[in-house]
Amino acid sequence: MDPRRASRTVSDPKIRQVGFFAPPPDRSLSGPPDPVSTSTPNPANAPSSPPISDLSPSGTSLSPVMIPPPRHSSDTTHRPAPFPPASPLRRDTLSLTVGSYNNNIISSSPTASFYDESKGISVKVSPTSAASSFPGGGFDLTAVKAKTIVEKVGGSVEMQNDLPANSKPLKERTSKAERRALQEAQRAAKAAAKGSKLPATTSGAVASANAKPTKATKPPSQKNDCATVTSSEKKGGDRPPEKDRKKDAPHPRMQYDDKSRVEKAKRRAVVKQTEARNRVELFRHLPQYEHGTQLPDLESKFFQLDPVHPVVYKVGLQYISGDTSGGNARCIAMLQAFQEAIKDYSTPDEKTLTRDLTAKINSYVSFLNECRPLSISMGNAIRFLKNQIAKLPLTLSESEAKTFLQSDIEQFINEKIILADKVIVKHAVTKIRDGDVLLTYGSSSAVEMILLHAHELGKQFRVVIVDSRPKLEGQLLLRRLVGKGLSCTYANINAVSYIMHEVTRVFLGASSVLSNGTVYSRVGTACVAMVAHEFRVPVLVCCEAYKFHERVQLDSICSNELGDPDAISKVPGREDINYLDGCTNSENLQLLNLIYDATPSDYVSMIVTDYGMVPPTSVPVIVREYCRDQVWV
Amino acid sequence: MWWRSASFILDQRHVEDPPNDVASSSKEPDTLSTLSPPQTYSSFMAAADPFNPIPNPKISAYYQTRAAHTAVVTSDWLAQAQAAVGHHPDDSQAPQTQLLASPSASGKSFCVINEFNNWRKQPDLAEAVAAIRALAAVIRASEATTMMELEIELKKASDSLKSWDTTSISLTAGCDLFMRYVTRTSALEYEDFNSARSRLIERAEKFGEISCKARRIIAMLSQDFIFDGCTILVHGFSRVVLEVLKTAAQNKKLFRVFCTEGRPDRTGLRLSNELAKLDVPVKLLIDSAVAYTMDEVDMVFVGADGVVESGGIINMMGTYQIALVAHSMNKPVYVAAESYKFARLYPLDQKDMAPALRPIDFGVPIPSKVEVERSARDYTPPQYLTLLFTDLGVLTPSVVSDELIQLYL
Repeated sequence: MDPRRASRTVSDPKIRQVGFFAPPPDRSLSGPPDPVSTSTPNPANAPSSPPISDLSPSGTSLSPVMIPPPRHSSDTTHRPAPFPPASPLRRDTLSLTVGSYNNNIISSSPTASFYDESKGISVKVSPTSAASSFPGGGFDLTAVKAKTIVEKVGGSVEMQNDLPANSKPLKERTSKAERRALQEAQRAAKAAAKGSKLPATTSGAVASANAKPTKATKPPSQKNDCATVTSSEKKGGDRPPEKDRKKDAPHPRMQYDDKSRVEKAKRRAVVKQTEARNRVELFRHLPQYEHGTQLPDLESKFFQLDPVHPVVYKVGLQYISGDTSGGNARCIAMLQAFQEAIKDYSTPDEKTLTRDLTAKINSYVSFLNECRPLSISMGNAIRFLKNQIAKLPLTLSESEAKTFLQSDIEQFINEKIILADKVIVKHAVTKIRDGDVLLTYGSSSAVEMILLHAHELGKQFRVVIVDSRPKLEGQLLLRRLVGKGLSCTYANINAVSYIMHEVTRVFLGASSVLSNGTVYSRVGTACVAMVAHEFRVPVLVCCEAYKFHERVQLDSICSNELGDPDAISKVPGREDINYLDGCTNSENLQLLNLIYDATPSDYVSMIVTDYGMVPPTSVPVIVREYCRDQVWV
Repeated sequence: MWWRSASFILDQRHVEDPPNDVASSSKEPDTLSTLSPPQTYSSFMAAADPFNPIPNPKISAYYQTRAAHTAVVTSDWLAQAQAAVGHHPDDSQAPQTQLLASPSASGKSFCVINEFNNWRKQPDLAEAVAAIRALAAVIRASEATTMMELEIELKKASDSLKSWDTTSISLTAGCDLFMRYVTRTSALEYEDFNSARSRLIERAEKFGEISCKARRIIAMLSQDFIFDGCTILVHGFSRVVLEVLKTAAQNKKLFRVFCTEGRPDRTGLRLSNELAKLDVPVKLLIDSAVAYTMDEVDMVFVGADGVVESGGIINMMGTYQIALVAHSMNKPVYVAAESYKFARLYPLDQKDMAPALRPIDFGVPIPSKVEVERSARDYTPPQYLTLLFTDLGVLTPSVVSDELIQLYL
């Protein structure tokens, strides 16, 4: 709609993408300037695979080589792989991989669209020109090497590894010819792999992750990565500095209804989770686990998980146990954990800080994501952090760089979350008049601050708190508000249509606001907003701008989070009404406990954000003007 | 009698008003003059009197100016008003209010508000443009020697202008825009203060010119939407809408215009008057006949006092209901508004604005227990508007916020 904004998905419109999209792997490669900056899973890999990490981001060689290595550093972190004996071959195979992978890309996508960062325009280029158009592509040596090798072998060893991740999405959107090319490439890769099956790590420990025997281990790792990273990166994918758009766009989040891939992912996962059995048909693509299975397992593994920084580990546990919940709280906890982790970080020998640290962060992110799927706001924050890491001047010493990053994180927390909330409160309070009856749903930190501030200002108003099972978060809010002397009414969501007629304003929090104005928030919000709309009561959504996302979502199905199904089937402390006891495992009962829902923008009168009060139609403007390139601060 | 009417502010403007208008208005003078409360006179005089810059706070200065510029006012009323000048209640207030205003002038002989009032009296000059001119005059008259000083002075001046009439959206928006436009400039990087200053003045003048041209641009843009044989409903008096219709008439388009009466200041009469001069077929409706005639109407054209962040408009009372009727009958509602009327406001509903009050005379005495709704304007939400014609182009309501964000953030 807006020519200034590059559309995210250039690909076949027929395919509906489901879930959070992670950037396609190659995006990270795209910019030599900051290959790591993009939040793709790959950047992480880059450092871990020695050949690639060696590459310097300079020079103008052909792009093919710049494709990310299939492996993820997270692999290493998750399970220490047996180190195959180092062999000189290793290097070759790796570069080979890269080259071949790229090769494959070119064959499969005849045109590549580049995203021009500065102009925000995506341009389609033919592969050849694309290659040359990479800004200052480095990798000269490797590139050459890779090319030659590719030519020689005609296939890539690791092709395969990449494919599991990409093949599925590709399958859906590529043409027949492209698919055939892909298959051929795969076959070739297999053949090649057989030949060079003795992969070795060049640099011992560092490469450990990569070192895994190419075939068996890698595919799962790859797979898992995309699953984990995708959600975290949902945001991340948006603005590739410049890269093959076609590849980019459709990198869907892992679909949990794909059995084989889930299996593989599970093998790699740190957090062992048991899948819930009876899942509702429409929501099979979302991860759902038996509640309470992860925690003990994770605790028992505490000493084996050395790659995860203890602070991050702690935050992860808090996510699982639900001690930290709420968009801002989770995001701040995560950022502060990263801050700690950065403080304790030291760059290993033969590595560059930007790459290795990004890999580290990626592994943390995937760990956290296993604990609980990341929210969109966290994805944005991660994207910001990675961008900052990538933008670090090379001249900085390690300690300086660390200080920089820590203060960047600090600044993000202060400006984008804490200050933003203050600004939101300032704006929203102007919309509260004496005699108003304000309705809020659930518990939103921003709304709470608004209500308290309005109360401090001496405005005379009443609050209606609407709540719903199973979380009953509204009770907490109610308790705090009543404690401060506000006059409150508490109602369940069942009563919302009754209570609405006396309400003059509805204030809602949001987990995220998408660029079509859809508000993604705690389940039940859409219902409240709809009733309010029907009663012509203005609905104000209070949301910090760092939660805005340029994705568009039309329903609550394609991306959501599933909670513990037991929570809705059982009422704690009410033995007399637990009618479902013993039925929960029957084949013909499916319990659905959604965590979020999507409120259409029609129901929203205004979005109060740190850039002022804007209509929902202006979300894309803010995303375009301020969230571009993740220059949040 | 009529020919003397509104001229107490507009001088010879109405001298050439054709007599047909007199017929419609001449029946009322007596009732009007006897019934309108004394407040009215004084407030009108307040608006007219440059030495009394703060108007009666109960009455929107903006709507006074509008009424003065565009409404049908009888000469008897004027006569009485003049008689009332000697002892009107504002007199006692005046010294204090003068004090209030004076800090902005801070002892200097120059006063923004007086300047503004001078500009404001030009009938063709929009309030925002007048404000911009007044602010430009501030720069010119300023004795500041540094950029900072000048900026502070400007800020003060614009604040005092804004607080002088809080009900005028375009005044506020014009001041804000000007501050943005002037301070967001490379002029501030000039090392030499004088060159920077002259650059600011230049900018101010350019801005004033742009604003003046806006109406022409809008008129040109809207021509594509007026087709031969169409019937246009207009509400109240808007200079932009008049310009649009004038241009259409000049382009030999054949169309018919329905004018609402535009109570209480009956601005619609004036518009019909102007249109009749252009030989455009006009029909006058009372305000309540809008729904009755809507099926004949092809499009609704309204002006705006302010365009708000949501893309809705704030305009003369009655616009909302016309838009509702038009919407329910699937007729397009077009708004003609200059971009300096874009304001960073976001009313959620009708009452969510600073009220702009104005006197209303009902022609008969109102019993003392009866309350009168005196609000002068209403808010039309964006979903009832089809397009906005602005000097930035033809916009959908949602683009307004886009432009505002780019302007102000």
